[in-house]
Amino acid sequence: MSYLHADGGAMIRAGGRHAAWPRFMKQKAAMAALCFIAAICVLAVGADIFAPEDPYRTRVAMQFADIGTTGRLFGGDELGRDILSRLLYGARISLVMAIVPVAVALVIGGALGVVAGYRGGIVNSIIMRCMDVFYAFPSVLLAVAIAGALGPGIANAIIALILMFIPPIARIAESVTTEIRDHDYVVAARLSGAGTLLIVGTQILPNVAGPILVFSASQISVSIITASGLGFLGLGVTPPHAEWGSMLAALRQALYVNPVVAMLPGLMIFSVSVAFNVAADGLVRALGTKQ
Amino acid sequence: MISYAIQRVLFALPIALGVSLVVFSLVHLAPGDPISAILPNEASEEMVIEARREFGLDRSLIVQYGIWLGKALQGDLGSSIGNGRPVLDEVLSALKHSLILSLAAGLLACLAGVLLGLLSAGLGRSRWQHVVRVVTITGVSVPHYWLAIVLVIVFSVRLGWLPPLGMSPDSSAGWRPDLNHLQFLVLPAIATAAIPAAIIARTMAASIQEILSRDFMITLRAKGLPRSRINVHVLRNAMPTTLAAIGLQIGNMLGGSVLVETVFAWPGAGFLLSNAIFQRDLPLLQGTMLALALIFVLINLLVDLTQSWLDPRIRRA
Repeated sequence: MSYLHADGGAMIRAGGRHAAWPRFMKQKAAMAALCFIAAICVLAVGADIFAPEDPYRTRVAMQFADIGTTGRLFGGDELGRDILSRLLYGARISLVMAIVPVAVALVIGGALGVVAGYRGGIVNSIIMRCMDVFYAFPSVLLAVAIAGALGPGIANAIIALILMFIPPIARIAESVTTEIRDHDYVVAARLSGAGTLLIVGTQILPNVAGPILVFSASQISVSIITASGLGFLGLGVTPPHAEWGSMLAALRQALYVNPVVAMLPGLMIFSVSVAFNVAADGLVRALGTKQ
Repeated sequence: MISYAIQRVLFALPIALGVSLVVFSLVHLAPGDPISAILPNEASEEMVIEARREFGLDRSLIVQYGIWLGKALQGDLGSSIGNGRPVLDEVLSALKHSLILSLAAGLLACLAGVLLGLLSAGLGRSRWQHVVRVVTITGVSVPHYWLAIVLVIVFSVRLGWLPPLGMSPDSSAGWRPDLNHLQFLVLPAIATAAIPAAIIARTMAASIQEILSRDFMITLRAKGLPRSRINVHVLRNAMPTTLAAIGLQIGNMLGGSVLVETVFAWPGAGFLLSNAIFQRDLPLLQGTMLALALIFVLINLLVDLTQSWLDPRIRRA
């Protein structure tokens, strides 16, 4: 997908990467999104301090309690546990599952793509044809099937998500590397006697980094939606641990009793996902990168 | 064009083979012995050995793969452990239901996506552009299974207008295109279409923006072509990219609607897959995955060919 600016598609290139941060800061929506993400991170890390109640403490009387009930500010879940506390603790797993798979896939996929692009020939064919096979599955289906085959658990869900994100990242890294591999400055570096590692490190990686970082940033929201989806299906965390997707699934019982409470975990997934997307959009504009 | 088509078909064959290998491996990724899913826990040693031989699990993995692939090519995907019915029958009837949902959702996503894409590309008034951008970024961010629940809360629980789950008023699984059945389709279709519509809109808008910045647009404007005629050029050039996005999204819907189908208990392929996972019905899991992935390969092939037919410049080497 290519992304260009509203002003007739003029690409912002001048200033390069160094001026990206000031340009990012000028975008109010992106900054607000970043602040929101930071706030959620702080709340998640400090859940021990901020959570009003033990997230595992059950109280039968508080089953599906209304929002605003004393001691159950955001209502109670199917076992009468405090939803606010569980949302705060659940943010830990949900955020980890949003960011870790993309970060790991960024490293593995980026490395595979650069190796394939730089080596070319048979190495390229082997790596990229393998990627093509994984590309041949609808992405959510692939994640569900792998997580399903491996069995429930956070680690398995993360592995499934990593495998889902590697192929597209590898493809981008490969196409950028192939494009610049024979550019004059790379050839010059090679002629000057620089080793492969040095060339890849100083000439290739700086060029590959931009596009795959931008792409990966846009995938974090996909990751949180899919990860919570796995949790929703019962393929993520195992009870009684709190995670937004599995909370949403459990609260479906409250659909008729207390619909507002039933929507809360999904609202969290949604708002964090929007925030990551708005921030990623801001990054694209700040870097002026064409994906 | 024909030689390109042949080349793409030939390219799809090894992919399909690779897909079958991945699907086959999935089962062996699973921790523990696949036999334990088939037999009850208290099965005797002899029964385990017997079952191993029956399912061919005593042979090497390569031989097992060969046998499985050979049978799959003849349309024999084994039988479901859960109910003993042939996997192929189960998968085909589920696929029919998924197809109904995907077609409805695909149509919805296309209409909404193209409309929003046109608006946000600024071909209309710029006041709209901003609103549409907010709508599309919300659209790509929405967890569709949550949207499904919200839709049920609003339209089924609160308003009581539409049924909250299932596919037809009577439990017999037949589906007919009449009003009684269509009302079951509305909410699942909207939930399935939300993200694809937003992706189509964003892709289209980006493509239009990129075309507007090309040199030939300046030429067209300079020679005084009216705006409506310029727009025709823009749309024609944005068509292949948009079409590719639409094709990819429809392919994704067919297999990726696991979550929406689960929320609405829509008896499609995704629902079948999640049932197969939780009952550890391995032949059914393999069969469903294989069918969905092969259909996805086929759709991608068709999209690729249509796209390169519309715009020969993008043919891949």
